[in-house]
Amino acid sequence: MSIKTSNDIKNEFLKSKIGITGILILLVLITISVFAIVSTPLSTFQDWNNPEKWITYPKTSVPIWINLFILEKIPEHKIFESENITAEHNDIFLTSQQFRFNYEFNDFPNDFMYDFTLEYSDSPLLEMIVIRPDGTSLKLLSSSLPYSNELIEYKQRIFSADNLLRKNIELQSDTYEFKINDLNLSDIIFSKKTERSVLNGDYVFVVNVYSLETQNTFLESQLIIGGKAFGVMGTDELRRDLAVGLLWGTPLALFIGVSVSIGSVIVGLIYGVYSGYKGKKTDEGMMRFNDVLYALPALPFLIILAVTVSNSIFLMIGFLMIFSWVGIAKVSRSMALQIKTRQYVEAAKIMGQKDSKIIFKHIIPQMLPYVFASIAISVPAAITTEAGLSFLGLGDPSFPTWGQILHDANTYGAAAQGFWWWIMPPGLLIAVTGLAFVFIGNALDTIVNPKLKH
Amino acid sequence: MFSVLMITLLLTVLLVGSNMDTILKQGVMFQVRAEIIENPSIANSFSNPDEFEAFIKQKIDERVKTLGLDNPWYSPQRIGLTMYKILILDFGNAAFLTSDSGSSNVGDILLEKIPRTILLFTSATIIISIIGIFLGAASSNKIGSKTDRITSTFAIVSSSFPVWWIGMLMIFLFAFVYQIFPARATPTIDSSEPGYIFSLLYHMTLPLITISLIGFGSWAYLVRNFMVNVLQEDYITAKKIMGIDKKKIIYKHALKNAAPPIITILALSLSGSLGGAIITEAVFDWPGMGRLYFDAISVMDLPVIIGSTYILTVLFLISIFVADLLYGYFDPRMRRGS
Repeated sequence: MSIKTSNDIKNEFLKSKIGITGILILLVLITISVFAIVSTPLSTFQDWNNPEKWITYPKTSVPIWINLFILEKIPEHKIFESENITAEHNDIFLTSQQFRFNYEFNDFPNDFMYDFTLEYSDSPLLEMIVIRPDGTSLKLLSSSLPYSNELIEYKQRIFSADNLLRKNIELQSDTYEFKINDLNLSDIIFSKKTERSVLNGDYVFVVNVYSLETQNTFLESQLIIGGKAFGVMGTDELRRDLAVGLLWGTPLALFIGVSVSIGSVIVGLIYGVYSGYKGKKTDEGMMRFNDVLYALPALPFLIILAVTVSNSIFLMIGFLMIFSWVGIAKVSRSMALQIKTRQYVEAAKIMGQKDSKIIFKHIIPQMLPYVFASIAISVPAAITTEAGLSFLGLGDPSFPTWGQILHDANTYGAAAQGFWWWIMPPGLLIAVTGLAFVFIGNALDTIVNPKLKH
Repeated sequence: MFSVLMITLLLTVLLVGSNMDTILKQGVMFQVRAEIIENPSIANSFSNPDEFEAFIKQKIDERVKTLGLDNPWYSPQRIGLTMYKILILDFGNAAFLTSDSGSSNVGDILLEKIPRTILLFTSATIIISIIGIFLGAASSNKIGSKTDRITSTFAIVSSSFPVWWIGMLMIFLFAFVYQIFPARATPTIDSSEPGYIFSLLYHMTLPLITISLIGFGSWAYLVRNFMVNVLQEDYITAKKIMGIDKKKIIYKHALKNAAPPIITILALSLSGSLGGAIITEAVFDWPGMGRLYFDAISVMDLPVIIGSTYILTVLFLISIFVADLLYGYFDPRMRRGS
């Protein structure tokens, strides 16, 4: 083992291309993690498994950037919000919501939904109209809301599959030159007059609420045009936005990988060095224990532990540590055996320094480059093992890791149904994170062990 | 080595014992209750429900006692008994799982699953090592060449992908986009039919390709590194000076001398892949040991868990032992040293 100062190592590291690549990837991942931590509060973790939160999202839709590569534009899933517009005319109070958007896709939207919460008293009239790019306006709905003699909050969702809407449209069927009876409501509304094909342009959905007594206020009002493309990463079978899951997965994966590797390297290092330094019977006993642990089949035991003890993410990190410090202890023992014969260690011993002081002051500092290399190299294994356990469905359900996204993908048969956007990104992220650490580790390793350079 | 096996099993028993105990006791309660209620004459002979309940409770206690469940699961007698039974290879009967032929004897189940796992993973290891050794030798021939660089890059990149994820992609590509291979690796026809072997081999192709694809890169890289070390030795230089063909040196002399570490790693990776089989088999639904193990843990079938852990550990230890022996055979220095 050659002795190199930390400055030498730094300089050599900066010269190695893969080392720099590794650092760059890692920096990107850290930026993503910081962004994830800052942008999403910790409490939203719980919402990942809460279907109520994702109800307005589309089911298994492709990422929107797909539209950049294909000619037939897939309709995007859009959620519109509107400002309150109020007016008073001849003792009639009007509260109105307008949703204006440009529809430029080559396929009809799946459906649409209007979701609102209205504060009202008495029995106001709700009217829903769509104004199409060709100037025609279609009346979708006109109905009065249930009577109430005091101020109440009323929440309703109007779906395009509603029979009332269909009847209203069928009454206006002479707008169209073709039969509309069997068509989907969204297909009719977004179709040309002459034939059944998409009419592109500006659509305006107007929702008017008329009442005689008081001004009504919309507390919530959302128009959702259901498409087949959503977000940067698409959505899964449970309507969850995959971008959010992948974003949260990054700090978790880094946390799991780094804490497991640091923990196990420290434990293995101290264990190995102490055993090697002490020698004789202590060494023999400690190494036998190490051998036993080495011969335990790790993955089966991790599975048993996850099932019987707990699958909390922190305990999992502990379990992973138990099985990953063994190899490091072996290597650090043999390194300690070499270092302890050096003269300055002997000198320190003769001077009567305490064992702990010799180990921490004289032996371990000599091994630091090796320590950093092995920390970096053992990160990917920890990440893949955790991902593997999560993939088997044994992960912590309150934290969405990449492995869990893949587990869900597998249970819902994503491969069978061709949901590539559900399978590809988590695996790629696992691999890229692993690669970053492998690169850094390899670069450090070649510096510490020059023999491998050839 | 034997003590390692026993410690492994003891740990397994300790970990799953308490859960198993609760499940067993509940099972007994259901059984006894069902037996009594099925027989109306017993129920009719009691005048009030309290008395009837007391009778059932008494019967349950009796049954628990005869089964030896009244001692806590951690009592030395019960653990001792379990360990003794394991020693004489009597794994007992599975609580929930059965073999394909319907037997619930753990030995039968294991005997049915082991060959399949060995078939898949041994053939994968053989393919990986053949490709890996030749590719590694070829790239050590010309260090820094295109082959060498591609091999090294592929090795690093492929080793950071999880095998099961590549498996999912392969299923997506070759079972659904291009319908070449079946998505589920469990053969569809019964094991007694004549075409079963072919069906099994056909279903095995996709997992085999996946495991090999991920494995051979890092193998080639390892072989290359060992070869590089050997090629720096004096006797190789001497042979070069003598004018012996470089290919002959590499494949005949250098490879032979790099063999010991390669073989050790071969044996270790074989046993390591058996542990990893749990996830791989889950993805491909390959009906082997890994799948059995996972099924057993999800329903807490203690006898099967113990049996599988036993087999996995034994296989692991055997391969370490064989690796040691082979090392000594190929490297005479080791023999003299020990």
